[in-house]
Parts: sequence; C-alpha cells; structure tokens
Amino acid sequence: MTHNIYIYILIAAGVTYLIRMLPLVLSKKEITSPFLKSFLYYVPYACLAAMTFPAILFSTASVISAAAGFGVALIAAWKEKSLLTVALCACVAVFFMERILQFV
Amino acid sequence: MNRESFKKGMVDGLPICFGYFAVAFTFGMMAVSSGISTGQAVLISATNVTSAGQFAALEIIRSAGSYWEMAFTQLIINLRYILMSFALAQKLKRDAPWFHRYIIAHGVTDEIFGISVSQEGKISPFYNYGAMCVAIPGWVSGTLVGAISGQLLPAFMVSALSIAIYGMFLAIIIPASKKNHTVLGVVIAAMAISSLFQVMPVLKKVSSGFVIIITTILVAGAAAYFFPVAQEEASKEEKGEGSQEKNGKQQGMGEEV
Repeated sequence: MTHNIYIYILIAAGVTYLIRMLPLVLSKKEITSPFLKSFLYYVPYACLAAMTFPAILFSTASVISAAAGFGVALIAAWKEKSLLTVALCACVAVFFMERILQFV
Repeated sequence: MNRESFKKGMVDGLPICFGYFAVAFTFGMMAVSSGISTGQAVLISATNVTSAGQFAALEIIRSAGSYWEMAFTQLIINLRYILMSFALAQKLKRDAPWFHRYIIAHGVTDEIFGISVSQEGKISPFYNYGAMCVAIPGWVSGTLVGAISGQLLPAFMVSALSIAIYGMFLAIIIPASKKNHTVLGVVIAAMAISSLFQVMPVLKKVSSGFVIIITTILVAGAAAYFFPVAQEEASKEEKGEGSQEKNGKQQGMGEEV
C-alpha cells in the first residue's frame, strides 16, 4: 500500500491543530480530575524518554559513536546545561568518537 | 493597547525564535535524509509547529505506517497541548472576540504557552500574535536551512548532527528527573519498555509509532494512578513549567517539546 505524503502531513497537522484549538475554544472551566491532570503531567516525560531510547543508539553511523554521544549528553543534561549545549556536546562526542574509530 | 501587547509578544518571542531555528535545522536535515523534499519539510513545519510530533511523523512516513498510526501518534504525543490550551483559555481576556482563539491555537507550543501564562493578569490575543509572528518564522526558516544544508553536508557531519534532537530531549527529561523521583521512574520505565520492543521476538514487529504510544500510555497511566500529582503541586508544576520556559527563554533556547 502506498501512502501519499501530503495526506500524512494533512493528518498530522489536522490532529495537532484540533488538539490545540478545541480546548481553547470550548473550555469554560479547568480540568479537575487528579488522574487526568497527573496523566497529562507525566505524558511528555514518558513520551520523550520512549522516543529517545533506544532510538538514540541507532541515530548515527555507528552504535559506538552514538553511545558516546548518549553518555556525554546524559552528563551535560545532568549538569542542567541548556538544550542547545547538551545537543552540541552530543554531536561533538559523536564526531570525535567516529574519528577515533577510523584508526581502530 | 493591542499594539503594545503585540510588541511585547514579539520581544518575548525573539529568544524562542533562535531556539526554534536550531531545533528546526535538525528537523529539516533529518527530513531530507528520510527522503522528504525540502518543500515538504517546510510544509510540515509550517502546518505542525511541534518538534516531538514532527519527528515522530517523520518516523512514520519513513516506515510507511498507516494513516491511523499517524493520527493516533500525533494525538498522544501532542496530548499535553490539551492541558496548555485549557490553561491558556483561562488566561485570555474574555472580552476579546472569540475568533482570535482559532488563530492563536496554531501557536500553542510549550514556549509560547510558557511566556503567555507567565504574564501578569489576563492577556490579549495580540500578545500571542506577536510571539507567533517571530517564533514561527524561526521554526520554518530553520527547517528550510536545515533541509538545504542536509543535502550539502558531508556524511560524517550528518551523522554527528543526527544525535542532536535526542540530546535536546535528554536536556528536557533529565533535569526534571533530578527534581522529581516519579519523573525519574517514568523516564527509566519508558526507556526500558521501548527497549523491550526493540529486542523481544514478537514485540519487535510493532512499528515505532505504536511503541511510543503504547509506552507513553502505559507508563504515564501507571505513574498517574500510583503517584498522582498533588493538586497544589500540579498547579505549581504548571507555573514551574512556565518559569522553566522563561529560564529556557533567557538562555535563548526555546525548544518545544
């Protein structure tokens, strides 16, 4: 089955817009359910974590360089560096690890 | 008054613009390496304006997932916008014409939401317009430049840059995990479960979009059930998110999750 990329884009954009628009237009009061509030609070963390690992290990040319980038990013993130700094540290680590791997 | 709000929105949106440019650059680059044209990548950014959602969409397009998978993945990944839009709905001036809400809805991102709710008192929709006018072009132009340079960059550069987005994700979840043990548990559990899907014989066949959905619902659901966020804490967290965004803004790192 072939898929049309414009239909993919339309679906993604449509769903995303509806999610943003409906509460804004319809809501008269706040969400009160503690479960729902908690669920929505945890969603971004669960989602980003699931997207990051193990996918990060296969994001570069080799698993070893990716693992180096992952480790460095973890340390930088733990030190609460800014988003851009953490990302750049990961890139630099991958770059150097791949240069080292050439000689191994 | 409207002009003032608009100006203020533009000024506050400027650091977000720079942060978006950097993230969107990675998106554009990855889109092109997934076989999407530059124009299509720009179209995705202009119509979606959401990083996590767009990266997930890329994955689904690349793996030729079903349209349902696309819709469902976007729903789950962007679920948090429901919460933000609810909060923003309270924050907007009631006397402003209602149609404005249909337009500012397009610009409900973590960062624009963050600066909007951290304003004093009720806000005018023109504040959001101002922020959107500056931040969204940063997102779209970043995608364009990333897509173009993605085709020009040598392979080793592309390899190094491909990890950037994951670095940013880590920069969001790790500091939060340090402060809150349940968040730490959520992060570890989500990584473990998605890893299981990667290696287990039958689970391996599940496509990556659904892995993210299943993992997110399972882990966030269990965490919400066993460790509900205390009422006061939830509102504090909301504010905390705002100040966190402000923090990010000061560093000029608007990253939308």
